[in-house]
Amino acid sequence: MDLIEDIRRKVRLTEHTVHNVTSTDFPGTYEGYDDAWSHERFEETFQVDIVSLSGCDMEFDMVGIDAAIANAVRRILLAEVPTMAIESVHIWNNTSIIQDEVLAHRLGLIPIKADPRLFEYKQKDSTDHSSEDTLQFKLKVKCTRNNIATDATDPDVLYKHHKVYTRDMEWLPLPGQDHLKSKGIRPVHEDILITSLRQGHELDLELFCVKGIGKDHAKFSPVATASYRLLPEIRLLQEFHGEQAEKLQKCFSPGVVELVERPDGTKVAKVVNARLDTCSRNVFRHEDLKEGVSLSRVRDHFIFSVESTGILPPDVLVSEAIKILMGKCQKFLQELEDTSSHTAKQKKGKKL
Amino acid sequence: MAHQSTTVKKPALEVVEPKSGGDDSFQTFILHDEDHTLGNALKYILNKNPSVSFVGYSITHPSETKINLRIQTTGVPAIDVLKQGLKDLKQMCGHMLTTFESATKYYKENHLEERYMEDQS
Repeated sequence: MDLIEDIRRKVRLTEHTVHNVTSTDFPGTYEGYDDAWSHERFEETFQVDIVSLSGCDMEFDMVGIDAAIANAVRRILLAEVPTMAIESVHIWNNTSIIQDEVLAHRLGLIPIKADPRLFEYKQKDSTDHSSEDTLQFKLKVKCTRNNIATDATDPDVLYKHHKVYTRDMEWLPLPGQDHLKSKGIRPVHEDILITSLRQGHELDLELFCVKGIGKDHAKFSPVATASYRLLPEIRLLQEFHGEQAEKLQKCFSPGVVELVERPDGTKVAKVVNARLDTCSRNVFRHEDLKEGVSLSRVRDHFIFSVESTGILPPDVLVSEAIKILMGKCQKFLQELEDTSSHTAKQKKGKKL
Repeated sequence: MAHQSTTVKKPALEVVEPKSGGDDSFQTFILHDEDHTLGNALKYILNKNPSVSFVGYSITHPSETKINLRIQTTGVPAIDVLKQGLKDLKQMCGHMLTTFESATKYYKENHLEERYMEDQS
């Protein structure tokens, strides 16, 4: 294979080191290559392929893009796509064993099923809660003894309301939030245990949710995980037969290498699905195998995996992330526009 | 963006004035409230521009939310190059978005039995 092509397109995995890690496809690096940015070329090569999308999970391939851009999308998913989360808690009564501040922190981490795009960011200095930026919940629970004569020791039998779940949180629409009533605003899961109570313990809380981003606090992050890996590539430089082939098969994840039977009855190892490999490089531990295998990863083929916390569907999260990156560019373009017109005015002023 | 006060609007972009006037082929820009997310993406797209001879960025201090972006060109004004870079990146995102959305639409049309999370908006 062409050596320069290999350096440009592949990250090579060897026994002890990883070669050609950084992108080198910039103008001036290679003679005879036109590496200048071209949107037409990008449109020709860029591909997205959805591998799976179901419930909160999504896997997709993004091909023909640099790590700098893919990583920007990943980082935005983690830290810059907004959600609603409980930010302040008014504690009117808390006689449970869990301390006020610990309880407030626990409440903050509960994912709230409310579309953040319907809300505004709360202004830093404002103290009042408006219908545009706040969601209010009530949590009022009291634990009582079950009035039945029994010698059971199970708290489920002995007490009523001794476990406080997210289903006990009640949404109180603020004035002007009637349009949200059809949206089903609630915690994403109804069975998250908030705290445990005993007879006479009581909780009386007001919860206020605001819009925020993961950069500020991880509770605002809309994803459970968002990660990517590069597509593995395995090339067999020689044929592996019989026992050696079986040994080779065991070096990779299940389903990567299969044994194919030949007409003469011998079994030959064949790479059927390199995508499933974890790139453990186990094969390099065997002296008799390592010379015959070449491992690499395709530099511009990203296998993304996005798992939503259940607030927004994963495909919407990725779209939002790309829009946010676009918005950043727009913001600075606008700023540049403003500064250049500003300096032009200044120069004009000087001349006059 | 988050927590931005409307009363005093702080500029997100600062242009550091060079000591010796005249030559505008090199320039340092300060991008406020940004980090590696935009910094590295911008560095990549600027490096793809043949008239850029050097581009690099740094986060000045972990507790400061700003990046310094340095551009040195072969002669054209650095500010024009930055503008072009931002335009290219924006255009690129636009294509990524349409491609991604048509791919999800295609997937959903071909997997009708799958259960999808409903989009509230």
